[in-house]
Amino acid sequence: MRNNKVRSYAVILAASTLLLAGCSSSSDDAAGGAYAGPVQDTPGTINVLAWPGYAEDGTTDPNVDWVTPFEKETGCTVNVKTYGTSDEAVQLMQAGGYDVVSASGDASLRLIYGGDLQPVNLDLIPNYADVFDNLKDRPWNTVDGKNYGVPHGRGANVLQYTLGKVKEPSSWSIVWEPNSPAKGKITAYDSAIYIADAAVYLMSTKPELGIKDPYALDQTQFDAAMALLKQQKPLIAEYWSDYTKYVGAVQSGSITAGTSWQVIANVLNGTKATVGATKPKEGATGWSDTWMISSKTEAIDCAYKWLNHIITPSVNAQAAEYFGEAPSNSKACALTANKDHCKLYHAEETDYWSDVYYWKTPTEACLDGRTDVKCLPYAEWVKAWSSFRNS
Amino acid sequence: MSSVKEILNRKPTLRAASLLSLPLLWLGVIYIGSLFALFITSIWKIDTFTSKIIREFTLENFIDVFTDRAYFNVTIRTLFVAICVTIICAVIAIPMAFFIARIAREKSRAVLIALLITPLWASYLVKIYAWRTMFYPESGFINWLISPIGGSSPGFGIFAVIIGLTYLWLPYMILPIYAGMEKLPSSLLDASSDLGAKSGRTFFSVILPITWPAIIAGSIFTFSLSMGDYITVQILGGTFQMLGNVVYQNFSLNLPFAAAVALIPVIIMMIYLSSIRKSGALDNL
Repeated sequence: MRNNKVRSYAVILAASTLLLAGCSSSSDDAAGGAYAGPVQDTPGTINVLAWPGYAEDGTTDPNVDWVTPFEKETGCTVNVKTYGTSDEAVQLMQAGGYDVVSASGDASLRLIYGGDLQPVNLDLIPNYADVFDNLKDRPWNTVDGKNYGVPHGRGANVLQYTLGKVKEPSSWSIVWEPNSPAKGKITAYDSAIYIADAAVYLMSTKPELGIKDPYALDQTQFDAAMALLKQQKPLIAEYWSDYTKYVGAVQSGSITAGTSWQVIANVLNGTKATVGATKPKEGATGWSDTWMISSKTEAIDCAYKWLNHIITPSVNAQAAEYFGEAPSNSKACALTANKDHCKLYHAEETDYWSDVYYWKTPTEACLDGRTDVKCLPYAEWVKAWSSFRNS
Repeated sequence: MSSVKEILNRKPTLRAASLLSLPLLWLGVIYIGSLFALFITSIWKIDTFTSKIIREFTLENFIDVFTDRAYFNVTIRTLFVAICVTIICAVIAIPMAFFIARIAREKSRAVLIALLITPLWASYLVKIYAWRTMFYPESGFINWLISPIGGSSPGFGIFAVIIGLTYLWLPYMILPIYAGMEKLPSSLLDASSDLGAKSGRTFFSVILPITWPAIIAGSIFTFSLSMGDYITVQILGGTFQMLGNVVYQNFSLNLPFAAAVALIPVIIMMIYLSSIRKSGALDNL
């Protein structure tokens, strides 16, 4: 913790020196308008903050590299820093020193309202035209009609079950109900955002609660979700946040059902089919990630070139395939190494995504538009989750 | 050069200051300073939406910690684990240290000490993941070991955490006790048996009182290391959590609250150390 602090002070120091050095160019961005363009060929350096696997420069695997070609083509230098959770990303962006970030929906709004990001002029990003329509102008990347970035990819938090141990489930009830055939061997995601998974299940099992959006919960709805989580706790073997640990637990048989990512199921099915992954009838939570630009960037031209580069069909295909998610660019599907990739991840099926509730940051003003009640903001979710996990 | 030497010779205060400045800097600035920073952070607020720290005074973090029953329970659980680990370590370490210090031959003593220290050469994570594979409920080594006699592995949870931590911190208990037992004069043991005491009596009336400060020294290590651990708990604990996990879960989103929670083990350690100091056990270290 101390280390982190020292580092963030160093970053703040570096960032403020940079700001002082180039105050004139950044003042118009800080005013809140998007960059007018045109994108110039100014060389520069951009510091990229990304989920692991989103900005590969060949250091993880020499064959996986879409950063070096970008550097050669544009003359921009790229430094990549990866992070493990949305909360960590928010903390690092707030400390400053990063020019672009790949943010999930539960991080993006916090950063936008915190003044850490700038609106993006999409006319300057030619590849944006090919992005799937159902990813454009969504609440986690667009605020007050202003776009804040370009979509990278998306995925659903699927229900994974071990073949031969558990019959293919059609409902999330297998992880929530006390009479579950997998009880004692269930896993759940170890983050406050998992409360939304409980809300998704309540949407169909308790319609009288009137939940429209699992991220917009008033006190009654929230209490119902927490009660469901408490009912689930005795059934849980472990909560997971580290996916390699998850893989080991499934292989050893100590976990047979629970929420998961498609990429985890793929790893488990690498040598022989071990698990199935399905999106149950209630729908599921999911993520949709967006590349965004810091409000304090000094290298605006390189930042725009990066946003355009990262959603180029070929790059988007590589990145989505490497990470294991659905690409955002509709033309990427033709360019994946595995021709079934888009089918496997349902990239082109609009119906598949209609009941996927992408991660968003809950706010006091209800995200579903209700004005007669107050919803619980994310800070309250975190507080409740921490208390729940330790009770 | 000689002038510096002369000045230092003439002025003893300067000599002492130059000698002590570095350790004092370490203790004062880096150690006490960070504890103070922790305390200051715990009385600040955050913006509930963006998680940014607002430097305004509030006691809300402490109220949250002390009014929520969950954090009282987790404190009790953490104390319980730390006490169990310390007691188990002591029970294993005392006979082992006695054997190495008093019974083993001179030549094998060095080998035994080396064997004791070897686990410290391996990475903490490797050791804990090894225990994880052993504790797997169905396919683990422990289950294989006890299933023939009708038992089954306890799986992940508080029991696995206590075993894992005991394994990790055992050398820190054995080494001080070994050092204490080595200093024990043989004449006392001889006198005890000459006066007719059986070995049990000798142990409780002679050996234990003399090595008590060494046991206390070892317990400070095992107790404080267990109080603060969170990684072993994550890997072996299943759904079980300790104070360190509360800090870990909250620090990125609510640093002031995490700081308030982090002060609990600090306070417990202070109480522990001051009660030990009163008992006089630290005088002989």
